[in-house]
Amino acid sequence: MKVAYWPGCVSRGFTPELHGSMAKVAPLLDIELVQLDRACCTGAGVIAEHNQELADTLNARTFALAQQVDGAAMMMNICSTCQGAQSECQERLDANAEYRAQVNETLAGEGLTYEKGLTNKNFLWLLVEEIGLDALRAKVRRPLTNLKVGPFYGCYIVRPRDRLGIDTEHPRDHYLDQVIDALGGTVIEYAGMRKCCGFPIITMNKDASLKQAGRHLGDAVDAQADCLVTPCPLCHLNLDLQQPLAEQTVGRQLKMPVLHLPQLVGLALGLDPKELGLGRHVVRPTSVIDWSTSVVGAAA
Amino acid sequence: MAEAHDRPPEQFKLRMRRYDPESGEAPYWDEHTVELEPHRSVLEAVLQAKDRFDGSIGIRCSCRQAICGSCGVRVNGEPALACHTHLDAAKSGARDGVIEIEPMGNMPVIKDLIVDMDAVHWKKIQRVTPWLLAKQPVPEREYIVPKDAMVDVTQTMACIQCGACVSDCLAMEVDPGFIGPAALAKAYRFVGDPRDDEQFTRLNDLAQDPQGIFDCTHCFKCVEACPKDVNPMGQIMRLRRIATGDHHIVDVNNGERHEAAFTTLVKNNGLLWEAELLPRSYGGNSWFGKFAPPAGKELLSSLPSIVKALLRGKVTPMGALKPHKIPRQDLKAVQAIYDKVESRPERYELNLYISGEDES
Repeated sequence: MKVAYWPGCVSRGFTPELHGSMAKVAPLLDIELVQLDRACCTGAGVIAEHNQELADTLNARTFALAQQVDGAAMMMNICSTCQGAQSECQERLDANAEYRAQVNETLAGEGLTYEKGLTNKNFLWLLVEEIGLDALRAKVRRPLTNLKVGPFYGCYIVRPRDRLGIDTEHPRDHYLDQVIDALGGTVIEYAGMRKCCGFPIITMNKDASLKQAGRHLGDAVDAQADCLVTPCPLCHLNLDLQQPLAEQTVGRQLKMPVLHLPQLVGLALGLDPKELGLGRHVVRPTSVIDWSTSVVGAAA
Repeated sequence: MAEAHDRPPEQFKLRMRRYDPESGEAPYWDEHTVELEPHRSVLEAVLQAKDRFDGSIGIRCSCRQAICGSCGVRVNGEPALACHTHLDAAKSGARDGVIEIEPMGNMPVIKDLIVDMDAVHWKKIQRVTPWLLAKQPVPEREYIVPKDAMVDVTQTMACIQCGACVSDCLAMEVDPGFIGPAALAKAYRFVGDPRDDEQFTRLNDLAQDPQGIFDCTHCFKCVEACPKDVNPMGQIMRLRRIATGDHHIVDVNNGERHEAAFTTLVKNNGLLWEAELLPRSYGGNSWFGKFAPPAGKELLSSLPSIVKALLRGKVTPMGALKPHKIPRQDLKAVQAIYDKVESRPERYELNLYISGEDES
């Protein structure tokens, strides 16, 4: 399956292991990634906060570039925040022809036009809806037996439900659970799994931000998760990169590894942990989990 | 609809959170089975349980038609108006077929499903001066205002003060002093009103408050919780936009600097440059921002994370010092978009609540 691939900024910046692991996993799932190198940042909601039309136009440009990719079935991203920001812009663009024309007029200088109705899916959605859980299960080479994985959804990929197309037929707010299960792991439910990681206010109210991260990590520790998995690199920044500071804020040791979704999938598909960049995390998954055993997940 | 109303009564199991702080006993779960038509409401079910099995069940209610905002509760873990939630829908959303009803969150429980709105919600509403501070002189007869301007604030006027958004606000969960979604939506009601004379004062107050508009974590919980589509988070973003864009308010919470740095870095590079964003958010939106004392202080306090990230090779010195950029031609195109959109005499905003969708 060929997709117009939007990796986002952070997956190539402070979480390079995310973009790297996606590139390794894609061929194993028969996904052909055509990277949108010409596209710019989605604005992560911040540019929309500054000027809504500016964010909508920048994202319409990305959508138009994706629509130019020959033979691509859809656009795919690996960042929940990108998904949320893009879905918000697309909702406005698709709802109003006059507004779309105004935005397209700005894009005309470059010869680009956004046509209503682009399909844009996060890797998580694509995995469940396009590849399918049975097909994924069949590809597992190293089942995550006994690995207790806490899904961390964050916000941008589960709210608001209508905009993100979440309904009884598409329970996208449960897909991480389904994927963990398909890979042979054990799903650990905990209080913070669909709450905010705190990243959006890290520069505005650092204490509250780290309290959020620390609480959710602590909840996962209490629920006896071996690790967390998230589809969002910004959540990863607050939960992993900032974990030493979150520990100070909530006053307890956490030591909770946080994996990117393609890393977890890659492990189950038999890829080498090092190849997936697992050594690059602030909280090393290897410090908690013995990946070297044939049965992954024998917690240390 | 007629079909749903024709369905005969069915049995529904309720699991209610009970708590009487005055009793000194811990909270507990209480189960009752009621019999009602599936289209009837969760409120009617609670009232039937109260009537038939236990008169001491506490719930606040009045209009029973989703307009008085009295019966806010959590149904199956999500905030809702009990009178506006059908039993069949609640049952299908229940984990084990038993409809779970709890008091709202972020507010102290007075008894069972009744929370203390005065202690939290109404106090926060009062915080934002929720009345018009009219431009002088006040006309002898009515104010004449543009229709569009009033339509713009109708979304916040739809608020029924039920507290559902307050109940599930994730910023308030860790920072109870956060002014919160309902009160900030109310603040926009007056900030957006052309008759109000205190737009700058209101915005400056809410921007400088560490628990004001920049304390919102952008989690969409309030958007999802609101039974009236007020979109409190969207109103908070509008308050930020007017505060920074129109009044150029530079706040002590790094809100304006963060927005300016983010927007500028994307304009300069096409992609975000995280290593530059953080110091600029603290020290000011220029290359020299990182040398300002607040940026240095922040850098020092983050050392435990930075050192580990460098040691692991997650962040390399070169990667941090050099921005990622999109190709030159594309960057020019992106900058042309910035120039065109930002040079418009007025910012354009499309609010789907007001405009609706023009196509199926």
